[in-house]
This record gives sequence, C-alpha cells and structure tokens, in this order.
Amino acid sequence: MNPMDLELTRELKQHEINGDLHWFALDRREFVRLFGGGLLVCACVRGLPAQESGRARTTHELPKDLAAWLHIGEDGQVTILTGKVEMGQNIRTSLAQQVAEELHVSVESISLTMGDTDLVPWDAGTFGSRTTPTMGPQLREMAATAREMLLAMAARQWQIDASTLVAEDGRISDPKTKRSLSYGELTRGQKLVKIVEGDPTLTPATEWKVAGQPAHKVDGTAFVSGRHQYTSDLRRPGMLYGKILRPPGFRAKLVSFDDSAAKAISGVTVVHDGDFIGVTAPDLWSGDQALSKLKAQWNVPPQISEREMFDYFRKNADADKSELESPEVSGSVSKAMASAEIKLAQTYTVAYIQHAPLEPRAAVAEWQGEKLTVWTGTQRPFAVRDELAATFRIPTEQVRVMVPDTGSAYGGKHTGDAAVEAARLAKAAGKPVKLVWTREEEFTWAYFRPSGVIDVKSGALRDGTVTAWEYHNYNSGPAAIGTPYNIANKLIQFHPVDAPLRQGSYRGLAATANHFARESHMDELAHAAGMDPLQFRLKNTANDRLRAVYNAVAEKAGWGKQKSGAGHGFGVAGGIEKGGYVATIAEVEVDSKHSLRVVRVVEAFECGAVVNPNGLQNQIEGSIIMGLGGALSEAIHFENGRILNPHFAEYRVPRFQHLPQIDVVLVDRKDLPSAGAGETPIVGVAPAVANAIFAATGERLRAMPLRAGETS
Amino acid sequence: MQAAVLTINGKQYRFTAPPDQRLLWILRETLGLTGTKYGCGEGQCGACTVLIEGKPVRSCLTTLSAAVGKQIVTIEGLERDGALHPVQQAFLQEEALQCGYCTSGMILSAVALLNRKPNPTDDDITGAMNGNICRCGTYPRIVAAIRQAAQGKSKGSAA
Repeated sequence: MNPMDLELTRELKQHEINGDLHWFALDRREFVRLFGGGLLVCACVRGLPAQESGRARTTHELPKDLAAWLHIGEDGQVTILTGKVEMGQNIRTSLAQQVAEELHVSVESISLTMGDTDLVPWDAGTFGSRTTPTMGPQLREMAATAREMLLAMAARQWQIDASTLVAEDGRISDPKTKRSLSYGELTRGQKLVKIVEGDPTLTPATEWKVAGQPAHKVDGTAFVSGRHQYTSDLRRPGMLYGKILRPPGFRAKLVSFDDSAAKAISGVTVVHDGDFIGVTAPDLWSGDQALSKLKAQWNVPPQISEREMFDYFRKNADADKSELESPEVSGSVSKAMASAEIKLAQTYTVAYIQHAPLEPRAAVAEWQGEKLTVWTGTQRPFAVRDELAATFRIPTEQVRVMVPDTGSAYGGKHTGDAAVEAARLAKAAGKPVKLVWTREEEFTWAYFRPSGVIDVKSGALRDGTVTAWEYHNYNSGPAAIGTPYNIANKLIQFHPVDAPLRQGSYRGLAATANHFARESHMDELAHAAGMDPLQFRLKNTANDRLRAVYNAVAEKAGWGKQKSGAGHGFGVAGGIEKGGYVATIAEVEVDSKHSLRVVRVVEAFECGAVVNPNGLQNQIEGSIIMGLGGALSEAIHFENGRILNPHFAEYRVPRFQHLPQIDVVLVDRKDLPSAGAGETPIVGVAPAVANAIFAATGERLRAMPLRAGETS
Repeated sequence: MQAAVLTINGKQYRFTAPPDQRLLWILRETLGLTGTKYGCGEGQCGACTVLIEGKPVRSCLTTLSAAVGKQIVTIEGLERDGALHPVQQAFLQEEALQCGYCTSGMILSAVALLNRKPNPTDDDITGAMNGNICRCGTYPRIVAAIRQAAQGKSKGSAA
C-alpha cells in the first residue's frame, strides 16, 4: 500500500461505525417482483455483505481522463464533477475558486455536480479535512490541463504558437490581432478528451487572484430565500411517507408483534423484516397514526450504563488484539520518571456526545425495476451506495445515490441508515418513500462520538523541560494522540474497547479528547513548575508553525497583560492535527455560585495557503462555538440501552446566550500547501476553557463536559 | 379530515387536513412550502419558525385550528418583486449561514424582532433569537446581520 492509501485506510478505520442498524432477511416475493422471477441467489450470511462489499475497499484508482472531472458547455458554463458533498463547510465555493483560478474563468461560470454516484468519480467521502488538500489539487490539475488544451485548440485554429496566446475570463485571445474565442466556441460542448499524466504546473498561491480572496457562498441566495431543497424537502411522484417503529432500547429483540390496527388505516402498509418494523402511508398523519397503533413487545437485554462506562473501558480494553495498534515508544519512561523533579499522574474523561445536525437523517428511496435511486444526506455517497447494494444484494451499478447539499453532519453522517430504511420500505410498498428521522431518533439511533478515559503520567525538570510522557487512551480514539512537544521518553497508546454504544466519527475524531487531556495536563505541569503556561509550551516545542500560532494568539489576546484570579481567568491550549496548527486562548468568569461564563475566545489558526478567508473564518468561529458545547454542556446520558436525554431540552447545545466575544487570527502561509480546516479549530477550545477555569478558581476539572464546582 | 383555508404570504390555500395536524407539516407536505424546516418538533430549535400576525411562532407546535383566520408569513413570503427582504440580504452579505438549515427560522425570528424593535440592543437580539439553534455556530454573523439590517445598510426591498 502506498503512503497515501495507508493514511486513508488508517483514517477510515477511525470512521468505522461499529455495527449496522439493520440486517434484512428480505422476502422472496419482493425479489420476484424486482427481478421478474428469474434465478434467485440469496447469500444470507449475516454481517458479511456490508463489511465486504464496500467499506473494506478503501482505495480506488481515480480517473485520469479530464472529461470525468470537467466539462465546458457551449455557453461556456463549466461543470465540475466531484464525489465530495456540501454540508455547510462551503467547499462548493472554495473548490469553484480553485478551478476558476486555474481555468481563468469567473467563479460564477462554474457549477459543481457533487455526490451523485452515477455522474461523479468515485470518492471515499467528505471527512477528515481532506477536500482542500486532496480534491483541491485534483481539480486544479484538471482545470490547468483544460486551460492548456484550450490554448492549443485556439492556436491550431489560428495556425499560430500557443505560447503567444492568453487565457483570460473564459476566452482565449491573441493580443496581437485582438481576435478571441470563448471557451464554449472552442469546445462547442464536446468532451475535452485527454488523459492527464504527470503533474501539470499549478499557479502558486503567491500569484492567486481568485483563490485566496474572500468569496461569498456561491449559491447563498438559495438558502436565505428558502428555495434550496434538502433531502427532507424532496418529493417524488406517488411518494409515500415512511416511519420506523423503534425498540425501547439498544440490542432489543422483538418478542411479539400485532399490526392489525395499523394495517386497518387506509393506504398504510406495515413492513416487518426480522427486528425491523416500519410503515408507509400516503401522508405523514396516517403514518404517525399507524405507528402509534403498532403493538410490539421487545426484550432489551441488560447492558452497560453510563455510570459504569469508564470502569468498563479500562477492564475491557484491547479485547480484540487485531484492532490493537502498536504504541508509540521512545526512550524509557520509567528511567525518566525516576529522575524527574516534578511528577504527575492524572485521569481525564470525555462523555458520549451526539452530533445533532439540525437536519436529521433523511432519505427518499425509489425503485425502478431493478434499479434503486436514493437521495440522502450523507458524507459518503459511494459507501452508502455500497451499503445499499450489500443490504439488498444487488450489484452496486444498480444503485444510484444522490446527495443534495445537506443540513450539516460534523462527522455524523457517514452511514446510510435512513437510506437503507427508506429503501426497505419503498421496496415493500412498490412506491417511492421519504423517511425523515425525528429528533429523538437522531439523538438515539444515530451513532455517537465516543466517550473515553485517558490516563496521563508525566515527569519534568524544575526548569520546565518535560522529560517523560506516558499516555493511554481507552475507547475515545487515536486521532492526535501524539504530542507536538519534544519529549525524549514517551509511551503513547490507544486501547480499543467493544463499546457499549454505537460509536463513530465526529468533527476532529478523538483529537478533541486527546487535546483536552494533553493540553490540560501540560497546564498542570506548567503550574507545578511555577511557569507561565504559554511560556511552558513554547519551551517544550521547537515546531515553528505551532510556535507561530501560539505567538499570534497571545498577541491578539493580550496574554499576560491581565492576571488571572478571583473568579476571572485565562487559559491557553494548542496543537497540530490534519495539517492545521491551532492555538486557543479562553477567558472565563466564575462566580461564587460556580456559574461559569466564557467571556472571550481568541484563536489563531494556520492551514497553509488560505483558499477562502471568508469561509475559513466561518468554519473557525463555528468550531469554537461547537467546541464550547462539548466543553461545557453536551453529554449523552444512558442507562441499560436507553438514552435518557434525547431532546434539545435536555441535551444542551450552544445558543445565542452562550456566545462569547470571538477573535480569530488567520495565519496565511502562501508558501505552504493548503490543508483542510473544518475540524482542527475545535480541538483547543475545551482545554483552553478548563485551563482558564483553573486560573480563575484553582479548581482543576478533568471531565468533559466541565462543571465548575464539581470537585469542591 | 376537514376542509380548511389558510392565509399564507397573502394568498389563500384550500386543502383538507385533520384539525390537530401541525402547521409545519401542512406547510411542508400538503402545500409544498418547504422553506420552513423540521428540526425537533418540540419547539426547542426554532427551525420551523413562521410569523403569525407578525409574531414568531413554532409551526411544529401550532395546530391547524390555531392558524385558521390568521395572517401567516413563511420564508417564501419575504421577497418583494423578486428582491430579497433586507434581513435576507443582510444574512447573505454577512454570510450568516453555513449549512443553511436553520436560516429560514433565523431570518423570520429576526424579521419579527426588527418589526417590533427597529434598533435592538445586544440583549434584545439574544432574547429574541435564543430559541433558534444554529448547530454550525454562525451566531456571531447572525448577530452582525441583524445589526446590519437594523442600520438599513443592506440593500433589499422595503421591509
């Protein structure tokens, strides 16, 4: 495996969701209806298909032919085809900027076809902050190649040397004769046939005119006018509405079931397949009525509850040895600990949390003969296509997944849960079915950001040099588990656990948990050494890019000008993840009743050459606010397979009242390749707040969400 | 099921629905006005906000019978002669959105606030908008957009 594939495989492993929601037996009659009564081969081996068909296959050759990625219409409109999807991170705009830059056209003349598996090249999915570092250069190469072809086409037509011609604003012109041809006139809507080989020369960021400039969201009007159609807004001819009967707890088995009252409602179909029960109805009202009239008895087995989970993580770590990654080891922690002048050992925890995207999971599924078409909000259209093909045991070529720009995801929409359910219902009903999860379903049946326990043991010298670092993360994940500080003696290990809840990726994966533990612990060490926490960090890292964001954030925040104490404190945290460098300073107030207010958050962020400063700023501000949720209030409570707070009334997310003053410093490095920015700006928020609380009150909080007064 | 008439965006809509059907689903599924969004169905997130007699209400909790005979305004009813409402324009200019799913509800809450208080204080803005969740966290820009609209700096049709 080449390094890129290896990196992708590692990344994907962290995104794996432990378990599908459903496995269908399906029904022979339905197969007969679908396939016209031909030979039926049903490989009914539970669990195998979903794992083997799509998800394990992580690498595909990307097409090298230009026409797979880029098309120029007769009217000069440029269509870009990409498997990435838009869910608020604003890549529809930033990718258009990059194409415009290389193709020398306006951003307005570009439209992106995104996430339609029948039309766009295969893509692993939109996650891991990979769009900017990988899809950006990919499309820039295609655009640069197209520009060179257009120059050559005009040169051929005019019988002159292409190097004398200029490509500008969608036209090739000859400065000598002033004649010019638009791109549309040159291509006449024909495919640009070319196999792209080698590395086309790309315009360096220092010379960018369109990329690198603040750009507005390309289709912003569609959103402020309410015209944009999300999956949940779609309607198909003859479409029915789907509803799923959810069991009262996880891992439930159906004991008995009576659907006579539900079936009596006009137009209602009840679908029962194994432990899956759903209804379809001509309107939502009848669907809700039918759902309420279904009588089902379930057996929910005893299972791990929230109060015992941390203990459970430790006791059940590393059960699956094949999952075990070798630890990062250097030097000897035990020897370094023996000679350390300052010694610390602490434990940090993070709760299970939910992504809570405002648009719940939704899908519209439609069967036409043997072909299945599904519109759904997912980050991984091709993986969902494979999931559907495996579930219904049909070739992937017969499944088309389309992803309308989606009402956010934050790492929470990797799977095709709603797509699978809608398709199952549509298959039974013989008509298109729309399924939109309720908020309670979203809080309960969508996978969770893993909880975790992190043990840190460290040693330092009195001058502030950290000499020993032993770090164990149980269950939360290995993302950003290392340290950007120069520590000679290290042992760092992730310990996977067979988790009590269905868990998966989240914005930044475990980087948030690992930064919380590491940056809190670094703060504890700084205080133990009697050093300023910022100076302590700078002393222990020689990384220029990290030092640069620390210095930038300190300057913007006025670090050190105002002293912490008496209920008012400042805290700092920082790190490196996914090619981004971040440093965050939080300012908090804690009153005598332990009421906590985050007054200000200042963050410096560097991700190489900035593509769209406007969009980047928006992502950073959003990350800070989402980070405050995980830091201060968000936690999923569960007991014996039941979620206890599946509503916004009890699961508290940041609102206007929690908004601090936010100041963002963009460190633009035009000399460096662009990295993604949707995730890393979140990682420093929680530790910066925890460190500020300590500075304000002397209380060290080691559990996310942080609750001031908890340890007193 | 009963025959009903609703006045939405100045236009009369005739349809049949159960009397305790929620306005949100009538708008979205019966009448095809999908600009109003479902976020929670519990009045907690504000994505379904519409104006009834100028006041912001959660359409997910509003029954059909409570809406009959009233003036209802949805996101589809804010534009005038193809021009965006100043609050829509301000959201666009400040780019006070990411995924955009909360945007309709945010804009209608903001329109109601500015109709009531043309020059809101920061506390007024927080108080009026606190029931609307933006999970992407564009709150700073939404506040900026409301201030901009209040100052009449955004171009758009008359409010």
